[in-house]
Amino acid sequence: MARVKAKRIAAAPVLELRGVSKRYGRALVLDKIDLTLAEHEVVCLIGASGSGKSTLLRCADLLEPIDAGSIALDGRAVSADDRDADETRRQLGIVFQGFSLFPHLTALENVALAPRVALGLTPTAAEKRARALLKQLGLAAKANAYPDSLSGGQQQRVAIARALATEPKVLLLDEITSALDPVLVADVLEALRALAKGGATMLIATHEMAFAADVADRICYLEGGRIIEQGSPEKIFGAPRDARTRAFLKRVRSVGASALR
Amino acid sequence: MTAARSARKGTLVAVVSTLFVATLLAIAIGSSPSWPLVQKAFFDGTYFSTSLPDVVGAFFINIQLFVLAEILILPIGLLIALARSITNPAFAPLRIFATIYTDFFRGVPSILLIYVLGFGVPALRLPGVPKEPFFWALVTLVLIYSAYVSEVYRAGIESIHPSQERAARALGLTRFQALRFVVLPQALRRVVPPLLNDFIGLQKDTALVSILGVVEAFKQAQILKSANFNFTPLMTTALIFLVITIPMTRLVDRLAAKDRAAQQGGAR
Ligand SMILES: Nc1ncnc2c1ncn2[C@@H]1O[C@H](COP(=O)(O)OP(=O)(O)OP(=O)(O)O)[C@@H](O)[C@H]1O
Ligand SMILES: [Mg+2]
Repeated sequence: MARVKAKRIAAAPVLELRGVSKRYGRALVLDKIDLTLAEHEVVCLIGASGSGKSTLLRCADLLEPIDAGSIALDGRAVSADDRDADETRRQLGIVFQGFSLFPHLTALENVALAPRVALGLTPTAAEKRARALLKQLGLAAKANAYPDSLSGGQQQRVAIARALATEPKVLLLDEITSALDPVLVADVLEALRALAKGGATMLIATHEMAFAADVADRICYLEGGRIIEQGSPEKIFGAPRDARTRAFLKRVRSVGASALR
Repeated sequence: MTAARSARKGTLVAVVSTLFVATLLAIAIGSSPSWPLVQKAFFDGTYFSTSLPDVVGAFFINIQLFVLAEILILPIGLLIALARSITNPAFAPLRIFATIYTDFFRGVPSILLIYVLGFGVPALRLPGVPKEPFFWALVTLVLIYSAYVSEVYRAGIESIHPSQERAARALGLTRFQALRFVVLPQALRRVVPPLLNDFIGLQKDTALVSILGVVEAFKQAQILKSANFNFTPLMTTALIFLVITIPMTRLVDRLAAKDRAAQQGGAR
């Protein structure tokens, strides 16, 4: 955990969720979530399937309207109903469980699209940025490949590069290794570790406990749409206070993380 | 080795069986007692060669008609498809108009519409409204086929998985940008075969405008037929249409097969 100690986490919150609630029909999926991300902070969301991790990320990215509470980005209140929600979304990067790369575009074009179209960069500048990102994620040689000729792990890394291309203030990652076989998982997690070292601010939903313990500054345990407990990895994995967190971790350890998917 | 030999054997069998069936048909038709009369009325060599230049000349009207119509239909059909795809409630009137448009023009027989527009509208003698039959023939074909083509576009747009638009929107693209750069490029690639199919129908339907007095290939053939009391010019016209439509049909088949292969292979 040398990295965590070396890293200076700024006091100013980048992303702030206050009392965020979300319903699907009658089901309360998020129940008064309070969550703050400081600059350069890496927070991992853990919790059983259906606990609301994906919903939380989608709401934070303004892809879903919320029913109560507020979301602030850099201290500015934002909402999915805003007229400039598209503009806000450019400042947030998200990568989903299933990587929806654009199949008609090469890896390079996938990454360069948003900078060119949404940010208004010149094609040359957008391409330059895309190349740098692909290189950063170990995909320099695959720039001109179409998604269908890439492995799952490579596709997922293109998706991460694409999400980073608008230089988001926060990167939201949802279970991005769950569709991959273990060999490929390692590549993707390695790429994320490098990003964390580089000072990216990230909110990550994951079932990979070892990865969470390694990369996170803070772990949030979710159950039934609530944050039951949060704290440093040492605290959550070493000495969880809440009985529900203990029960969850015990189950994870006994059945293995894969059984939770 | 064996694969090549069995392929050659397959071709041989196909050729022999086709020739066999064709011969049987020829014998059956030729043995009809009235075949010589029919042959003279429909397949007369002299009438064929004398009608050919006139019919080909008139066919340029058909070509003008369908080329102009296709150029107009491509964007108009797309606009109608987009109007139908808009979910924003503020644009409900546009969507309703587009729906009525496609329902109406796909539902009315083409020949009726050609009568109504080609004879009815000029008869109103409205100032500034053209009277040329060619103009109204073009308008009618564009109206009808834009409705068909818009449905082809719409099916293409709807065949693109919603996760594609969601991914684009998550990157901060606006709804329009997501459509323009992510959904449409994929959709358009898929609609080429069905689009060409509709265009084959359009090319054949250019013959319908003969009822307005436009002297295109079919009308020209009718004139020659009446002058000589022989149907051969009509067969000449059929041949010319086939020369245009058969290659296009083959192209559609080829593209469709390629599409299927690409989708099975998980390719673009
Ligand atoms: N679009 C939706 N409509 C209705 N219910 C939904 C919708 N999306 C999620 N839910 C429900 O909300 C709850 C939380 O779902 P969510 O996907 O956020 O869980 P999760 O923690 O990400 O689970 P997993 O680990 O399986 O990905 C679940 O009970 C789910 O059934
Ligand atoms: Mg999930």
